[in-house]
Amino acid sequence: MAQRFKTFLISNGPLLTTILIFIIVYIVGGQLYPAMQKSQVFFNLFINNASLLIISIGLTLVIIAKGIDLSVAGMIALTSAASAALLQTGMSAYVVIPLMLLMGIVIGFVMGWIIHYFKVQPFIVTLMGLWFARGMAYIITLTSLTINDDVYRHLALTKLYLADKAYVYIPTLIGPVLLLITFYIMKYTRLGRTVYAVGNNEESARLMGLPVGRTKLIVYSFGGFCSALGGIVFSINLLSGYGGYAPGMELDAIASVVIGGTLLTGGVGNVIGTLFGVLINGTIVTILQFNGTLSSWWTRIMVGALTLIFIGIQSLFYMRQKHS
Amino acid sequence: MNHKPPLFKRIRESKIFWPVISFLLLLVVDAVFAPGFFRIGIVEDHFYGNMINVFNNAAPLMLVAIGMTVVIATEGVDLSVGAVIAISAAMGTVLINPALGNELILNEVLAANTTNTPLWIVVLVILLGGTLCGLWNGFLVSRGKIQPMVATLILMVAGRGIAQLITNGQIMTVYYRPYWWFGNGYVFRLPVSLYIVAVVGILAWVLVRKTSIGLFIESVGINAKASFYSGVNEKNVKMFAYTFCGFCSAIAGLILSSYIHGCDANNIGLSYELDAILAVVIGGTLMSGGRFSLLASMIGALLIWTFTITMYTFGVPANALLAGRAVLVLVVVLLYSDYFSRFINRIFERKGPQHGTEI
Repeated sequence: MAQRFKTFLISNGPLLTTILIFIIVYIVGGQLYPAMQKSQVFFNLFINNASLLIISIGLTLVIIAKGIDLSVAGMIALTSAASAALLQTGMSAYVVIPLMLLMGIVIGFVMGWIIHYFKVQPFIVTLMGLWFARGMAYIITLTSLTINDDVYRHLALTKLYLADKAYVYIPTLIGPVLLLITFYIMKYTRLGRTVYAVGNNEESARLMGLPVGRTKLIVYSFGGFCSALGGIVFSINLLSGYGGYAPGMELDAIASVVIGGTLLTGGVGNVIGTLFGVLINGTIVTILQFNGTLSSWWTRIMVGALTLIFIGIQSLFYMRQKHS
Repeated sequence: MNHKPPLFKRIRESKIFWPVISFLLLLVVDAVFAPGFFRIGIVEDHFYGNMINVFNNAAPLMLVAIGMTVVIATEGVDLSVGAVIAISAAMGTVLINPALGNELILNEVLAANTTNTPLWIVVLVILLGGTLCGLWNGFLVSRGKIQPMVATLILMVAGRGIAQLITNGQIMTVYYRPYWWFGNGYVFRLPVSLYIVAVVGILAWVLVRKTSIGLFIESVGINAKASFYSGVNEKNVKMFAYTFCGFCSAIAGLILSSYIHGCDANNIGLSYELDAILAVVIGGTLMSGGRFSLLASMIGALLIWTFTITMYTFGVPANALLAGRAVLVLVVVLLYSDYFSRFINRIFERKGPQHGTEI
C-alpha cells in the first residue's frame, strides 16, 4: 500500500505540485485580501480566462505529441475579426460559429499536413500560421468591429447562478466541458494513448504499427479547433473583433501548459495540470489587481519565475523516476 | 567518382545558393514592378534610397541572426532575443535619462548634449546587460540541463516585464544627440549600423572559422554526447553560444533604441526572435544543429527586410504585411523540404545516370 502510494506520488508528482501551488497561492491571496475569499472571485478566474483555458487544452495535446502551436493567439484574432465581419453582413450566428470552427480545423489540418509530410519543424510552420492568421485578420479589418448579433449578446450577457450570488456566463462552461472530454479521450481511448506514444518516440510508434501521420493530423486539427473555439468565446466576451486582440497570448498558453506539468519534449503531460496552470496564471493577475499598487509587468515576471520553479521541480521528479 | 562534382552542382549545393537566388529573385521583382526601388540619391552628406533603408533596417536583425545561428548550430534555440533587446535598450536609456516614475523631466535632461552617464559607460552597460542575459540562458541550458526552448522561454516571458521594471513602465525618450549616432549616423556616406554589422560579422567569422570554436559548435550540434566523449567541453561551448547570442542582441538593442531615439519596453525588438529564427532557417542552417553559415543567415535577414520594404513600396499596410510574410515563410520552407529537393534533383539529373546506376 505504502509502495503504491509512493509510486502514485512520484508518477503524479508534477501535477500534485501544480495543484498544491495553486492552493497555496490562492490561500495566500485570500489572507492578504479577504475579498478574494468570495466565491465570485474564484469563478471570475474561469470567466476571465475562458479562452486561455480552451486554447491551452488544444496546445497541451499538440505539445504532448511533441509539437508546438504558436498560432493560437493569431487564430483568436482571426476568428474574432472574421466572425465580427460576417455577423455585420447579417449572417446568422448559427452559420458563423460552425464556419469559424471549420476554418480553425482546416488551418490546423494544413499546418499539421505541412509539418508531417514536408518534415518541417512545427515551430516554423505554426509561426507561419500565427503571421498568416494575424495578417488575414488585419486584411479583414484594420479597426475594431462591434458585434450586435442577438445570439452573441444573449450568450454574452446571460448569467448562470451557480451558488448564491455567484455566477458564470454560458461561454465560461465551454472550457471545463472541453477539458473533461479531452481528459477522457487522452486517458481512456486508443487515440489518446496513441498521442502519448507518438510524442514519446515517433519512430517506435511507427514500428508498433500506430498511425503516426493520422494522429498528428488529428492533433493539429484539434489544436486549430480549440483556437477557433477560444476565438469565438473571446469575441463573445468582448462582443467585438479585431486583428490585434490577444497579443502574446501564445506565451501565456505555453507557460500555463508548462506550469501544468507537460514536458515540451513531448510524451508527458496532462490536461488537468493545464487547467491549474491557467488558474495559477489567473490568480497571479487577480492578486496584482487586488493589490492595485503593483504594476502589470509583475505578472510577466512572476509567470517567468514560476515557469523556472516548475521546470526545476519537473526535472527533479523525472530524475527520481529514472533512478527508481 | 573521384573527380570533383561539376561546378554547377557544387554551387547548387552550397549553403548560400538558395538564399542568394531568392534574394536576387526578389530584387528582380522589385526592378520590374517598383521602378524607383534601386534609385540611390545623395542628400546632405550621405546616400539615401530604398536599398540603403533595407541595409539600415536589417542591421539589428542581421546581428541577432549571427548570434542565433551559433545557438541553433549547437542544437538549441534562443527565444529570448527580443526580450534581451528590450532589457539592454531599457538599461541604456535609463542611464542617459534618469527621470523615473512620476518625477518631472528636467529641462537640462532634455538638452541635446547632456547625459546623466558618459556615453562609453552607457554602451558598456548595454553590452554587459545583454551578455549577462545570454550567460543566464547558457547557464540554464548547459548546467541546468533544461531544453533550450523552455530555458529561453523563461527570459522571453519575464524579460519584457524586467525591461518595464527598469524603465518604471515609462516610454523612455533620448534627447542626447551622440546616442542617436549608432542608428542614424553616417560614416563615408553609409549608415553606421552597417559598419557595426560588418565588424561583428567579421569578428564572428574569425572566431568560428579561424579558431576551433566553430568546429566545436558544429560537433556539439551534431552529437553532444559524442563530442563530450571526444574531449570537447560541450557545456562551455553551449554557454559560449548563448552568451554570444546575448551579446549580439545587446548590440541590436543599442542600434534599435538609438534609431528610434528611445525605448518602449513593450514594443522594441518585438518578434525579433521569430524573425531571427526565420533568417537562420532561410540561410539553410537546420534547426537540428550541425553545419551552419553565418553569411547565409545574414543574407536571410536581408531577404526578410527587402521583402518588407518591397511590400511597403507596393503600399501594403504594415499590419497586413504579416500575411505576406507568412507566405514567404511557406515558400522558403517548401523550398528546403526534402520533398522539394528530391524534385529539383530529379529535374537536374534527368540527363545523368538513372537511379541505381550511380555509385
